[in-house]
Amino acid sequence: MSATPLKAEATTVIDPEIHLRIEDFLTCYAHVLDDGTIDEWPGFFAEDAIYQITTRENCEAGYPIGVLYCEGRGMITDRVKALKTANIFEGHTYCHILGRPSVRQERLGVVAVRSNFSVFRTMEDGKAELFATGKYLDRIDLRDEQPRFLERRVILDSRRIDVLLVLPL
Amino acid sequence: MSISVSEPLTEPLTWPAEGVARVPYRVFSDPDIYALEQERIFRGPVWHFLCLEIDIPKHGDVRTTWLGDTPIIVTRDHDGKIHAMINRCAHKGALVCLKKSANVESLRCVYHAWNYGLDGKLKNVAFRKGIQGKGGMPDDFDISKHRLEPLRLEIFSGLIFGTFSSETEPLRSFLGDRMTQFLSRNLGRPLKTLGVHSQIIHNNWKLYAENVRDSYHATLLHTFYTTFKVNRLDMDGGIILSDKKWHHISYTKRATLKPAQEYNEAKVHSAQYESKLAGPALLAAWDEFDDGITHSIQSVFPTLVVQFTLNSLAVRFFVPRGVDKTELFWVFLGYERDDAEQTRMRIMQGNLTGAAGLVSLEDGCINEFVQRGTRTSPQRAAFVEMGGREAVSNESSRATEAAVRGFWHGYRNIMGFETESTR
Repeated sequence: MSATPLKAEATTVIDPEIHLRIEDFLTCYAHVLDDGTIDEWPGFFAEDAIYQITTRENCEAGYPIGVLYCEGRGMITDRVKALKTANIFEGHTYCHILGRPSVRQERLGVVAVRSNFSVFRTMEDGKAELFATGKYLDRIDLRDEQPRFLERRVILDSRRIDVLLVLPL
Repeated sequence: MSISVSEPLTEPLTWPAEGVARVPYRVFSDPDIYALEQERIFRGPVWHFLCLEIDIPKHGDVRTTWLGDTPIIVTRDHDGKIHAMINRCAHKGALVCLKKSANVESLRCVYHAWNYGLDGKLKNVAFRKGIQGKGGMPDDFDISKHRLEPLRLEIFSGLIFGTFSSETEPLRSFLGDRMTQFLSRNLGRPLKTLGVHSQIIHNNWKLYAENVRDSYHATLLHTFYTTFKVNRLDMDGGIILSDKKWHHISYTKRATLKPAQEYNEAKVHSAQYESKLAGPALLAAWDEFDDGITHSIQSVFPTLVVQFTLNSLAVRFFVPRGVDKTELFWVFLGYERDDAEQTRMRIMQGNLTGAAGLVSLEDGCINEFVQRGTRTSPQRAAFVEMGGREAVSNESSRATEAAVRGFWHGYRNIMGFETESTR
């Protein structure tokens, strides 16, 4: 597993239009999760994309296992299937609050993006609480009309998950 | 081991006459019982998992952990010897170590700079002789009479255990032969950590202790197990209780599946859909041992679990955080000898368990459902008769709550909770 850079520094000036396109893409992703249209979630990823949720502690120690790891859209789709048909949990919804992304050109048509997030979770009993904070470290392919994640690593600040994690972040 | 002590609860607890086949709901929500457990179990004659030897590999390494509510430091000194002590300065009682892990020359309390060796012995006290001849400790201050309070410590298969009690029996006899053999099978070679995280579960710690011993629920609640035939009760398997019934092993042999009609007849939701994984790499596995066992859960009373699900090896331990809150720690492991492909399979299978585990995430909420369902009825009791009313091993079936009864056998024993008929 490749080492994860903890920062995506903005080293080159990115065309504001590209920046806007990336912001729209990230916003759209969050709204899909927040609105519960989970079936659309795998479509944000390239066929062989990596999606991982881990913690700052695991990153710093260089541990490969975090909280969740998907390699390829197949495993990403399996997560959706499992949560819809197999897993048992109390219903809840998310509200993602996204920070402004910093963008670095990696190669032609591929950008490395870092953005901060917080996610509030509302449980069945009506309680809304802060569930997660951290950063997204992304590699996004912009070559097609529809941008896609080649990699989305979710680095949680905390090592602790309250109750369980079943909906993706 | 039966401890006779005077009843310290303001309102005495009488265990139902059915014994270990009943569990009074009160034990999950009464703060007085929680406090008594800290005394009799966590500070009592029981070995408690503190951390792994690989958590402190180098001389000078320090790891903080908990034994019940008590904060603990585990160190490896400059000679390589391992020590455990309470994380509490001998002066004012402040925490001495604040970080989870560190590598240090000595242990220094930040409050008044009292300085301890890695063995917990006090080395020096700031301004002991005062400043410019004024102030300072009394002349009879004896540095050797103050130290970080030590724990007894024993190590088995890379697991470091500690106890406060001088009466705790040797670790090997506490575990018993069957338990030590199986711990050696799973952990008895150089280990490496692959990942860690923890999970806050909103229930009493004993509900999780029951949950990991409950082979009845495993394939009913955890749909993923059944659907993808990782673990079903129609595979050969069994429950082994330790000599004193406190600890257990539950094992499965995946290759022996003989599909039983009961899964369909019982309308078990976990067998309701037939499916293939779109990403089959998740379940790629190899046979690590030649005994045919492909899935095992081993518990060590009170709060340690060793999991081997296919090739996913993990140590789980749980720390009570109050009467209705528990922190469950997950430590995913591999062996030093693993090649890249084996490590990759363990990483993939890491998806099976943990806070987002495809076969374990339900346990994050199910025990809370029991907590919420039972807390207003302390006088009622749970019914635990699947597979009989006794706590005995069953090497032919896991459709039993035998290991759950084994836990309550040990718990009642050490807590001194007697049944109605014997009082």
